Amino acid sequence: MAEYPKNLKYTKEHEWARKEGKSVVVGITSHAQEELGDVVYVELPKIGSSITAGVPFGVIESTKAVSELFAPISGKVVKVNESLTGSPQTVNEDPYQAGWLIEVEPSDPRQVDQLMDASAYEKLVQAKAE
Amino acid sequence: MKPRQTPLYDAHRKLGARMVDFAGWEMPVQYTSVIAEHEAVRGAAGLFDVSHMGEVEFTGKGALESANRLLSNDLSRCADGQAVYSGLLNERGGFVDDVVAYRFSPERILICINASNRDKDFAWMSERVVGVKPVNRSDDFAQLALQGPRASAILQRLTPADLSPIRNYHFSEGTVAGIPCIVSRTGYTGEDGFELYCSPEKAEALWLALLEEGEGEGLRPAGLGARDSLRTEMKYALYGNDIDDDHTPLEAGLGWIVKLDKGDFIGRAALERQKSEGVGRKLVGFELTGAGVPRHGYPIVSGEKRVGEVTSGTFGPSVKKPIGMGYVPTGLASEGLNFAVEIRGRPVEAKVVKTPFLKKH
Repeated sequence: MAEYPKNLKYTKEHEWARKEGKSVVVGITSHAQEELGDVVYVELPKIGSSITAGVPFGVIESTKAVSELFAPISGKVVKVNESLTGSPQTVNEDPYQAGWLIEVEPSDPRQVDQLMDASAYEKLVQAKAE
Repeated sequence: MKPRQTPLYDAHRKLGARMVDFAGWEMPVQYTSVIAEHEAVRGAAGLFDVSHMGEVEFTGKGALESANRLLSNDLSRCADGQAVYSGLLNERGGFVDDVVAYRFSPERILICINASNRDKDFAWMSERVVGVKPVNRSDDFAQLALQGPRASAILQRLTPADLSPIRNYHFSEGTVAGIPCIVSRTGYTGEDGFELYCSPEKAEALWLALLEEGEGEGLRPAGLGARDSLRTEMKYALYGNDIDDDHTPLEAGLGWIVKLDKGDFIGRAALERQKSEGVGRKLVGFELTGAGVPRHGYPIVSGEKRVGEVTSGTFGPSVKKPIGMGYVPTGLASEGLNFAVEIRGRPVEAKVVKTPFLKKH
């Protein structure tokens, strides 16, 4: 698996978004989980709640720190990854698949296309490292 | 101010450690994963660089008496070769620092102090001491902590000395991998283990020898992240978080390090008074029964009222629960009682539990 899969879109706050039919699945990137360290708690919104692009929708906590999760797009939460309650470390182990966070019904389906692609995101991560 | 580096700085960088500023020192917080390092210490062994800690020495006739007047615990009840955990207290009975004092002989006492308090403690001791003047030896020692159930087997293969007579909180002088060390059976993890004091020039050689010797048994380098979760599971206090100048050993549940009958020491009068009047607040260990992780500084609430503050909190990798400590009014400090921790504005249920959080394993 590539570190930044080509089929995903990315934010500068290190979330990814993936179109799945009419909805968009959201998670954090492999770079983000590495920076956080061992994830021990994830606080996600309720199904049916609204999220707004660029605004925090939840919280992720590692052994070391508390970080906010930023919404890549606006919309309504239709699913949350309940399995993370019992095994938050899935976010570290498999950030792009089993470690997804929420599924959103976008208010504007085009919003996701305006996010960064994999190569733009990779450049951002590299620039930060230098 | 630029953070200081220990003699092992390059070794940490070579291992790919993530470095953080801790008490003015650039220290490894983790090498790979806090949880993996924590588990290595509980299940096999971990090696920590704790060279940022300071050391103050009293030597000469009357050294024991001079040091003892500054400490709440009693060095006169120790044998030579014994170490003791103690408070270094102010006149109000509050902690200037919490320390480990090593009795080599009545004429030689070495006190290990916290990195964050190196200058403060030395100034405090120098000003208050009667008799033998303390010497700041902090730059003369590096310190490594080898901790975990495999620690003694690993160390034994590197030293000609027999480690088995060195009981918990005892120490001896010897060589490890040919390097002269103070070998002390002490630690901050709740596991069996040793703290090794050596000259800074030899620290990297000692570090590498230990890592190599223990590799096959699961020894791994461990950072401050694991050190913090390990000590929290034992309810060991961290200076600046759980204890400070405004909190006394009696409030912190550390009455056993106060020997009121040993003769005069700084803080005794205040503690005698507090003991007879009873303490108004106590440091308790609690488990979060609701969802979340308690963190230093979060309010503790009972009903609508703010009654205290979380002093330390984490997700305990071995107890597998969110745990923490904090000062609460004595009426709320009994095992089984409930209060709430306010996390991002919401009260989350918590319950006072027996400590250490980690049961004998």
